[in-house]
Amino acid sequence: MAKTIREINEKIQQGKAIVFDAEEIIELVKQKGHKTAAAEVDVVTTGTFAPMCSSGAYFNIGHSNPRIKLGGGRVTINEVPAYTGFAAVDLFLGATALPEDDPRNRIYPGRFAYGGAHVIEDLAAGKDVRLAAQAYGTDCYPRRRLDTWIRLEDMNEAVLFNMRNAYQNYNVAVNLSNRVIHTYMGVLQPRMKNATYCSAGQLSPLLNDPYYRTIGMGSAIFLGGGTGYVVGSGTQHNPTALRGENGVPRMGAGTLCVMGDLKKMSSRWLRGASFTGYGTTLAVGIGVPIPILNEEILRFTAVADADLVAQVVDYSDSYPNCIPGSLGEVSYAELKSGSITVNGKKVKTAGLSSYVRAKEIATTLKEWIQSGSFLLTEPCVPLPSVDSGMQFRPLRERPVEHQAAAIGLQV
Amino acid sequence: MASKRLILNFPAHLVDQPVTYQLIKKFDLRVNILRARITPREEGRLVVEVSGRKSNLEAGLRYLAESGLAVQPLAQEVNWRQERCIECSACVSICPTGALSVERSAMHVSFLSDKCIACELCVNACPYKAMEIVF
Repeated sequence: MAKTIREINEKIQQGKAIVFDAEEIIELVKQKGHKTAAAEVDVVTTGTFAPMCSSGAYFNIGHSNPRIKLGGGRVTINEVPAYTGFAAVDLFLGATALPEDDPRNRIYPGRFAYGGAHVIEDLAAGKDVRLAAQAYGTDCYPRRRLDTWIRLEDMNEAVLFNMRNAYQNYNVAVNLSNRVIHTYMGVLQPRMKNATYCSAGQLSPLLNDPYYRTIGMGSAIFLGGGTGYVVGSGTQHNPTALRGENGVPRMGAGTLCVMGDLKKMSSRWLRGASFTGYGTTLAVGIGVPIPILNEEILRFTAVADADLVAQVVDYSDSYPNCIPGSLGEVSYAELKSGSITVNGKKVKTAGLSSYVRAKEIATTLKEWIQSGSFLLTEPCVPLPSVDSGMQFRPLRERPVEHQAAAIGLQV
Repeated sequence: MASKRLILNFPAHLVDQPVTYQLIKKFDLRVNILRARITPREEGRLVVEVSGRKSNLEAGLRYLAESGLAVQPLAQEVNWRQERCIECSACVSICPTGALSVERSAMHVSFLSDKCIACELCVNACPYKAMEIVF
């Protein structure tokens, strides 16, 4: 019995939609089977809360008097540089941007206590931030300096725009070398003493709709505590990654580009994160509702941690040197148990993605839908799937030789 | 048998005083050094567990206080700032004593300060500054 999003939205508006989160659906399927569950359930909600580096926000701060042209000038927000390659008072701030020459980062391994992500968190929390600017001045924008306190509500626009979020699966990181290494997967102890993973597993959005049947441009989602939208696939989207028999990728595959009104979001779901010896990033809360349009879609949402696997990758040598292959495959059930076995060795595991918070997002989204305050949207452009043949490629380096060529002159 | 976990902060002029020797020899206490950072001519810090008969322990503590060291009970040293914690469990595998642990079905993280030895590994492991060493 096929349903449509329109039919599901009618039920939502009447307060009659049957919603399960991606953990609860597993139990329901065990009790009633796929067919009955697909007929009964309208929406399955998913969630994830973890560091997602390719995140940022754009702002329009409003014109000063006299006017200033930030475009092409230099701007820092709480000493973190923002990008000014736009119009007079439009700025972009990335999560991994760092203050120039921060003394906390100078001594190995570096604390990276404050970066773009922390500015975004502070703004979402309603705090004042210091915006300092130097501009080259023009006739129409004569001002050359600006040093002002500003907060989110003062701005015209403040839009969270994350070009890569919600990775569909990821690596399990270990360190085979003899010294401690500092990575975006955390501090990794030598000789494979610990392993880290980063996925919400059975609650994770794209692991519950592995072929992106229901998610595309325009899909309404939970983003940072407010409503956001999928823009399309994110950077490094790789639908052709190796998949298991259940259709779910066995390694990092698809990604989402998402956006939403930052003014309606909450710092509970947008947190600056500091990775010692690595840098800063933004932990983003995302929840995607999956409309149960047919039995196949329901089948995909009933996937459990034991059915989801990831690749163990060495981050001391293999990862930095782009050496393909993995040390082995482990399931998320094993990872969450606290210990995995790699080449006969027992390794302690730690997560970077908060399962507790992922569950809270899926539950919150479920409540929004049940109360009729969140309607699903029809995606207008699907995400590229397996049949697109799209593949994530490395950089084909073509070293620059001539000086003249390097500065753009014709040789 | 009474036991206390303490942080002993040695100011520069006392760094070469054999305090642990005195605790053992003079007060008949068992001293387990959990962590030590002593550099000559600078300040030093020992994290110790001192055990023995209650009266001996009390006498030993008085000796420490009188000797000019700064003595702090260990349990106050590591603060878990729950409002900052997102319960990702990144700290759990790095904690050598299991003071940080995760309940493995709903994945809730908890901190038992009694088990903490203030090794500070969790401070760097936590991306959200939820673990704080209070000096």
